[in-house]
Amino acid sequence: MALDRRQVVARLLADRGDLLVVSGLGSPTYDVATAGDDDRNFYLWGAMGSAAPIGLGLALAQPDKRVLVVTGDGEMLMGLGSLASIGVQRPANLAIVVLDNERYGETGMQRSHTADGVDLAGIAQGAGFPIVATVTDESELDRIAREIRTATGPILAVVKITAGEAPRVLPTRDGVELKNRFRKAIGI
Amino acid sequence: MDATPDLDWRLTIHPLFRAAGIRQVAYVPDAGHTALIEACHADPSMRAIVLTNEAEGMGVLAGAWLGGQRGAMLMQSSGVGNCVNALSLTQICRFPFLTLVTMRGEWGEFNSWQVPMGQGTEAALKGAGVIVQRCERPEDVVPTVEAAAALAFDSEVAVAVLLSQRLIGRKRF
Repeated sequence: MALDRRQVVARLLADRGDLLVVSGLGSPTYDVATAGDDDRNFYLWGAMGSAAPIGLGLALAQPDKRVLVVTGDGEMLMGLGSLASIGVQRPANLAIVVLDNERYGETGMQRSHTADGVDLAGIAQGAGFPIVATVTDESELDRIAREIRTATGPILAVVKITAGEAPRVLPTRDGVELKNRFRKAIGI
Repeated sequence: MDATPDLDWRLTIHPLFRAAGIRQVAYVPDAGHTALIEACHADPSMRAIVLTNEAEGMGVLAGAWLGGQRGAMLMQSSGVGNCVNALSLTQICRFPFLTLVTMRGEWGEFNSWQVPMGQGTEAALKGAGVIVQRCERPEDVVPTVEAAAALAFDSEVAVAVLLSQRLIGRKRF
C-alpha cells in the first residue's frame, strides 16, 4: 500500500519540537512547506543529490538536535554515495526519509530505479545505518516518526507514496534568506 | 626538488585550519593531502569526513555552516569537475567555501588521463563562481591558505587554493 505524500510529511513534522529539516528539491520541498513554513526548514531548489550530505554536516555540527532530511527517490539516487559517507560518520541524530513514488516527478513522472526494484533501504543497511525501514502503512509511519525523534541513528526510511501530483506550495527560493533565517532560528 | 619534495609546507596547513576555527574537514583522499588528512583525523577538535565523491563536500560544508561550524574541503584537481552543479548551492546561498586542491596534469605529468581536468580546473572553478588562488612555492602556502580562509569566512564567498603540481612534486610511476 502506498501513502499520500502530504499526509506523510504532515505526520512526520507534527509537533516537531526542535527538529531541523532539510528538504530535497522538487516535491519534497513543496511537501515540507505545505506542512508549515518554519525558519528551521532548509529547502533545496537545486544541487540535486545534496540533501543527505547537508543533513550530515548539519547533524555533526548540532549533535544535540535531531536532523531530518526529507527527499525523493530520484534526489537520493543522485546522492547515493553520501549514504556510504554517512555510514562512516554515523551521526546518531540524523534521519533521512525518502518519499518514494518510484518516479522523477519534477521532470514528467519518468520511472526511477526504485520502480525496477532498487532498494534504497537495503543500500543504507549495507552502508551501516543501524535503523532502516520501508514504510507502507500508517502504523509503520507512526513508528518511524517516533524513531526520528528518539532513536540512535542514522536512520533511513523509504516511505512508499502514491505517484499523483499534489498542488505546488512554493516557499522562498532566496538561498541567502533561507541560510540566514535558519542560522538565526537556532541561535547562531 | 621534484624527486624529493619539500615536506615542511605540508605540516603548516593544519595549524592554519585550527586558527581559522575549522571543525569539519571533508575530503576525497589524495596523496598530496596525506599529511593534512592525518593531522585532521588526529585532532579531536576536528571531524575528518571521507567522501565517495567531491560533490558531497559542498553539501556537508553547507550543512556545517547552517549548524554553526566552519569547514574546509580537500580534493585533487580531478575532483573539481565532480563539484560543478553542487557549487550552485555555495553560490546561490552564499555559503563560505574553502577548498584546497592538489593539482595534477600540469607539471611533468606522466598520466595523460589527468591532463584534461588538470588543465580545466581553474576554468571550471571560476565558471562555478569560485575565487581561485595558487601556491607555486613552499613559502606561498602559509600566507595563501591563511588569506583564503579569511576571504572565505569573513566575506562569505567560495575560495579554492590550488597547490601546484610543481609544489607537491611529480608522481613517480
